[in-house]
Amino acid sequence: MKVLVCVKQTFDTEAKIELKDGKISDAGINLIINPYDEVAVEGGIQLKEKGIAKEVVILSAGSDKAMDAIRTALAMGADRGILVKQDTAADEYARATALAAAIKEENPDIILAGHVAADDGSSQVPTRIAEILGLPHVNVITAIEIAGGKATCTCEADGGTSVIEVNIPAVISSQVSWNEPRYPSMKGIMAAKKKPVATKDAAAVANKVNIIEFALPAAKQAGVKIEDDPDVCAAKLAEWMKNVVKVEVK
Amino acid sequence: MAGTWVFVEQKDGNIRKVTYEMLSECKKGGDEVAAVVFGQGVEGLAGELAKYGADKVYVADDAIFATYNTGAYVAQMVAMINEFSPNAVLFAHSFNGRDMASRLAQKLDTGLATDAVAAEISAGKGVFTRAIYAGKALAKVEVAGSPVLATIRPGVWEVGSTAGAGAVVKAAVAATAADVYQVMKEFRPTVSARPDLAEAAVVVSGGRGCKGPEGIKLVENLADMLGAAVGGSRASIDSGWLGHELQVGQTGKVVLPNLYIACGISGAIQHLAGMSSSKYIAAINTDTEAPIFGVSDFGVVADLFKVIPLLMDNLKK
Repeated sequence: MKVLVCVKQTFDTEAKIELKDGKISDAGINLIINPYDEVAVEGGIQLKEKGIAKEVVILSAGSDKAMDAIRTALAMGADRGILVKQDTAADEYARATALAAAIKEENPDIILAGHVAADDGSSQVPTRIAEILGLPHVNVITAIEIAGGKATCTCEADGGTSVIEVNIPAVISSQVSWNEPRYPSMKGIMAAKKKPVATKDAAAVANKVNIIEFALPAAKQAGVKIEDDPDVCAAKLAEWMKNVVKVEVK
Repeated sequence: MAGTWVFVEQKDGNIRKVTYEMLSECKKGGDEVAAVVFGQGVEGLAGELAKYGADKVYVADDAIFATYNTGAYVAQMVAMINEFSPNAVLFAHSFNGRDMASRLAQKLDTGLATDAVAAEISAGKGVFTRAIYAGKALAKVEVAGSPVLATIRPGVWEVGSTAGAGAVVKAAVAATAADVYQVMKEFRPTVSARPDLAEAAVVVSGGRGCKGPEGIKLVENLADMLGAAVGGSRASIDSGWLGHELQVGQTGKVVLPNLYIACGISGAIQHLAGMSSSKYIAAINTDTEAPIFGVSDFGVVADLFKVIPLLMDNLKK
């Protein structure tokens, strides 16, 4: 069985966002694998360690910089990579189209990805890939079992937890609570340098969503800060909650 | 082409508040507003949807829609869009809303703006403001297509009181068993007397300063006194004191309550992204330099173990 994991390179979640010339500035920003995708990589590697998957392929669409994200995933234990070179301004439709084209050539049994990217927060790409490929999908999984040509997934759902079964091949997207991604070992990092990564160019596809402008939200102003005895602090905070916020107490 | 459609988020006949928020906001415009509800035995919801602005209520009522499943819901929506040609279809930015909207968008070969916090809709075009980087930045985007699709963040729009006619239109059931590719084996509802984190009017969150389950217990006590949801920063989730579904921040949930009370949370950038749009923010932290105070309307530099019980005594008075 072949597992393919889609990864996106994103800003570190601790990054402060600033604008330069009307665009989001990437100056001095640490780039990482989208944390939701990193969990998908770990999930794929665990399927291999359990003997369910024979091969774990990493796929990323983006600029040349995305090679670092692929190498990190290979250092964690994936087998080989594919980088589809694409303008980073590609929207979810264009991105899914490019990824789906590469996936089709690979013909994997399971396609994993994070359910959302920590940067644009779109949560569309895995589901769009499934539709393009005509495959079932399951989103936001926290556990998976694969047996008898089916994937049984535990998912975070609105108002609870659901258990959903689909036939494979399928596209499955991960929630961050699925697992704890490993840190690449020094041995893994050395081995990753020798693992093959194919590169190709994405076919040109027009975006369906066009960005008009970026803005930063109005900075929240700090209000009152009290440093005093706990009973004074508590009394004043209670007064504010009752008189300003007008909370209801049960 | 006519009208803006709002897809109704409901479970077992209970309509989620975000549905009313979307109906009320759309009602402010001149276009016809329709609620679209899928389910089994859901026709009776029309009256409730009319109260908040639905001029029409499209109902697809069948056993196949009894619980959400992507394949059947998308197939039904495609058939209805082809028949009635709405200008736009809005979904809640919930797990189901984004799942359905994404698959639908690709099937219709159209654009989708997810996690929108503002919308301007006209025939064949929608301009949406989207929260990106979990709200650290905003992107104004244009979606061209018919219909225009978007998912709307819960809590950004007010529930209004302008009613619509609520004329019921029964839609022919177009989805068949062949459209279903997910089998729901089990659904375990979250057993909690507390409101949903994403929709709660008050959220009380605990962080590293809670030091363990005893501190979290204080946070929960305060939350229950206020009818609030409980949340946590990454530190308390990673330590296993709270489940991941309660994490507030860039890799968790974004919340927009009327009041957010941060207890023992220093305010890392990724946490601030998830809560700094709250209307009022209170913080309790022993470190006077903690960044959380930079976004707080009311901060107290004190030990939460002492302050929370005293605060509860004061609130009871």
